[in-house]
Amino acid sequence: MNTPSALPTAAVWDELITAALLGTDRRTPPGATPGRNAPTALLDAAAAETVRRRAGLRPGRAAPRPEPAAEDPRTPLPTAAARRLALLLADRPGAVAGGRRGASPDLMELLPQWLTAVNARGFAAPPETLPALLDAARARTDLRAAALEFAGPRALWLARLNPDWRFALRAAPGGGTALPGPAEAERTERLWQEGLFAERVALLASIRSRDPDAARELLAATWSTERAEDRLMFLDSLRTGLAPRDEPFLEQALADRSRNVRATAAELLSALPGSALAARMAVRAGACVAVDHTQDTPTLLVEAPHECDAAMERDGVSPHAPPGRGERSWWFGQLLEAAPLATWPARLGGRTPQQIVALPVADDWLSELHAAWCRAAVRQRDADWSRALLGAPSSPGAGGPGAVSLAERAKLLGTLPSSERAGWVAGFIAAHGLSEAFQLLGVCSVPWAAPLGRAVVDALNIARDAGSYPWSFSGVMGLAERCLDPAEASRLDALLAVPDEPEDASPGAGGYWAEAFQRLGRTLRLRALMAEELGPRAPRGQGA
Amino acid sequence: MTEQGVRWTADQVLALAPDSASRKAGSKLAAPGPWSGTGSSREGIVWGLCRGGGGTSYRTAVDVASAVGGPGPAYTCSCPSRKFPCKHALGLLLLWSGGEEAVPAGREPEWAEQWVAGRRRTQEKRAAGAEGSASGPVDAEGVRRRAERRAARITGGVTELEERLTDLLRSGLAGAEQAGYGLWEETAARMVDAQAPGLAARVRELGAIPASGPGWPVRLLEECALLHLLDRGWLHRERLPADLAATVRSRVGLPSSAAGPPVRDQWLVLAQYDTPDPKLTTRRIWLYGATTGRTALLLSYGAAGRSPDVTLPVGLAMDAELSAYPGAGQPRAALGEQFAPPAPTGARPPGVSTHEAAARYGEALRRDPWQESVPVTLADVVPTPDGDSWQLADAQGDTALPLTSAALARPGLWRLAALSGGAPVRVFGECGHRGFTPLTAWPTGPGEAVRLC
Repeated sequence: MNTPSALPTAAVWDELITAALLGTDRRTPPGATPGRNAPTALLDAAAAETVRRRAGLRPGRAAPRPEPAAEDPRTPLPTAAARRLALLLADRPGAVAGGRRGASPDLMELLPQWLTAVNARGFAAPPETLPALLDAARARTDLRAAALEFAGPRALWLARLNPDWRFALRAAPGGGTALPGPAEAERTERLWQEGLFAERVALLASIRSRDPDAARELLAATWSTERAEDRLMFLDSLRTGLAPRDEPFLEQALADRSRNVRATAAELLSALPGSALAARMAVRAGACVAVDHTQDTPTLLVEAPHECDAAMERDGVSPHAPPGRGERSWWFGQLLEAAPLATWPARLGGRTPQQIVALPVADDWLSELHAAWCRAAVRQRDADWSRALLGAPSSPGAGGPGAVSLAERAKLLGTLPSSERAGWVAGFIAAHGLSEAFQLLGVCSVPWAAPLGRAVVDALNIARDAGSYPWSFSGVMGLAERCLDPAEASRLDALLAVPDEPEDASPGAGGYWAEAFQRLGRTLRLRALMAEELGPRAPRGQGA
Repeated sequence: MTEQGVRWTADQVLALAPDSASRKAGSKLAAPGPWSGTGSSREGIVWGLCRGGGGTSYRTAVDVASAVGGPGPAYTCSCPSRKFPCKHALGLLLLWSGGEEAVPAGREPEWAEQWVAGRRRTQEKRAAGAEGSASGPVDAEGVRRRAERRAARITGGVTELEERLTDLLRSGLAGAEQAGYGLWEETAARMVDAQAPGLAARVRELGAIPASGPGWPVRLLEECALLHLLDRGWLHRERLPADLAATVRSRVGLPSSAAGPPVRDQWLVLAQYDTPDPKLTTRRIWLYGATTGRTALLLSYGAAGRSPDVTLPVGLAMDAELSAYPGAGQPRAALGEQFAPPAPTGARPPGVSTHEAAARYGEALRRDPWQESVPVTLADVVPTPDGDSWQLADAQGDTALPLTSAALARPGLWRLAALSGGAPVRVFGECGHRGFTPLTAWPTGPGEAVRLC
């Protein structure tokens, strides 16, 4: 309180202070006589004044009030889930030092999943949790996007008042001002013309996701005046909802000044199997591969291109091979990657992708050829070809069709329907164990389908029986905690006990395994509970 | 009693934790995994077996009701932890707060029953003991003589302190900056010897003022003057009105006991916060009586490392009796009989404007001039940034109370700002000459109390 009432005693108080500072030996306080009793008189007067001043305090003048935070139209979080959030946020790192992970669930590891779930259901965060959410988002960049989405507009309002949370304004497109909606043509136009680069990228992405044509038209209007790096980023946004109607614009971009822009345009066009570029590539690639019927078994013959002409370059083929690669095989790979996969059955005697992949290839071209088809299958999201190139999950790792690397297999799996993906990875784990499965598990959808979950648990069990330590599998164990279907928790019951230690086992491993399985089981039960607390899953935007 | 629906919230349970490590450890145990044989009875007992490391199981039980004896929950756990409550008790309560599924209603097992019975027996014995000593032969003469001796020692201390103060003002406060802290420490120690701990605490605070930044001479003069006023009050206590004399006695540091008649009400728990000190943690709990409209303060203490034993979760209300301590305008009270365990309530304290809040503090000073602040609920205020500081501005009108510097440093400030989002909120806190310290807030519209401290 900063405004004592304007009593005539204000002057008296000032004199009392002066006398007190200098001492009554030097300055006689008001209303007192100099001498022995002056200090007491000063204290008496000051006591009366102090109480009078305090009793007379009045509220001060209000500062300009903050602009209220934007409305958050989302559904409030159910009570049980709000309680869970308080627990998840209470489990901040730092309080307990590292070491073995023990048998308790790692709550912080469950926060990302919990945030994804609440965001998918469109719940709003309880306002009083926003400071803790912002702190969590600040400490962990992997949480940032989901935490800020959940925190909503009020968190951005808050972040403007506290420098510690400035990151939230940078992370949010437009610094927290909502992007214009479909009806706000004028705001859209202004933001596109005057906005910062990040704002414009966000705007383009948001329009592209709801009206692909409008986004492309917006981009086309200013295309020629954009800087090359910006053109590249903007062009990239057309990946979302890419369709044949984008072709003319992309064809135009094939003549762009910037080589990176040209390459990206070509890549996008080649992902449209009906495009003119794809047809041109089909002709070029087709000329390189043929079936040789002169052998006992039909064999694929490869004749790589002898030059990279201007037309090829214009269609995005990069003429200069990286060090250590032959130019011809480099061009060949690019042609095949960009050619529509539908070219091949027609060209190669009506064979199915399976049959084509099974054909022997002459002159050591097999890995080059299959690798290019892998890239094409991923780019064109062709499940038939992916299936053919992946082969049977039980086939030996190195000798699989086309000697496809784990990273490539993971990408190919990404084009398959999720149940098929899970089944393939389950088969792979059953045949090869867990040591190479981590990357493949990463592309499977969560929660894992039952056969996949079973395969992982069985493989862990086998690893335990083989006498290794659980931390050799900590990556898969951590994934399992986050991805296993909570309904599978009961399957773990048999694994929770500490087994008798066989003579050849690693010392103490049995106990550690029991602990690891206990944590897995507890985490699964906790995840089931957390899902339950969010209530039955209703489609967004319905209800009250 | 404790039926479904009156379980506490996680926030309320976490507030029981003695430190953040316990909070974290307790949260981890708030999952059904390690627990078996959990349950809760209609009498407010919660129990369960928690599987610990190395295959042992701990027996954990909490008496949430604690209706017969002391307030707040009582705990037992067979684990070796020295923390109180331990992580198992916290985990169990969190689990219980989650609802019927994890902790079903039931009858307590024998071991929990025995614990409850044991507690009840001790409490009865203690109650009987207290009555016994009261009804026994009292050495009235001895008591009077001891009181006189103590009063004489305090008078000696007060006289000495008066000399210190007059010396200081004779030579001037300007010299106090150089005199340093040691001088005041020594004087404070003399007040402890004089059995006047209230004076000792005030003297110690005087020593810190010269280093407290701009404006220190004004603060030092104010505190010296109020200390002088207390000295004068003590020396002339016979001529003061009884209430004011009681206030002076308690400010000086003479112990008193809650002698007021028991007042039964639905007491809403407005706030609870701890002030830690190396030796002693002081816990303050503010209560508001729905019928009487009275605001009361419960004080409870915990030795170093232990959480004070009284815990009342903010936002709950309990049917209980309070007795006031003597002294004019004293909010302090003691908790008497509780008729039901604390239960959730939608009730909120009625609020006032910033003007009225300031006026209340002024009025309180008439009865107790040493009052630093008074408990007040502000009805509709908007937390508003004001330069480096914050204030609570009336939603209607153009006046505002500044927040105290202590409040600005707390994370609760940001919870308050977030809760408000620029809209009016209801805020309970302490309003005094340093400004307003918000302790609890409620949103406009529905919503639970949000702790800010």
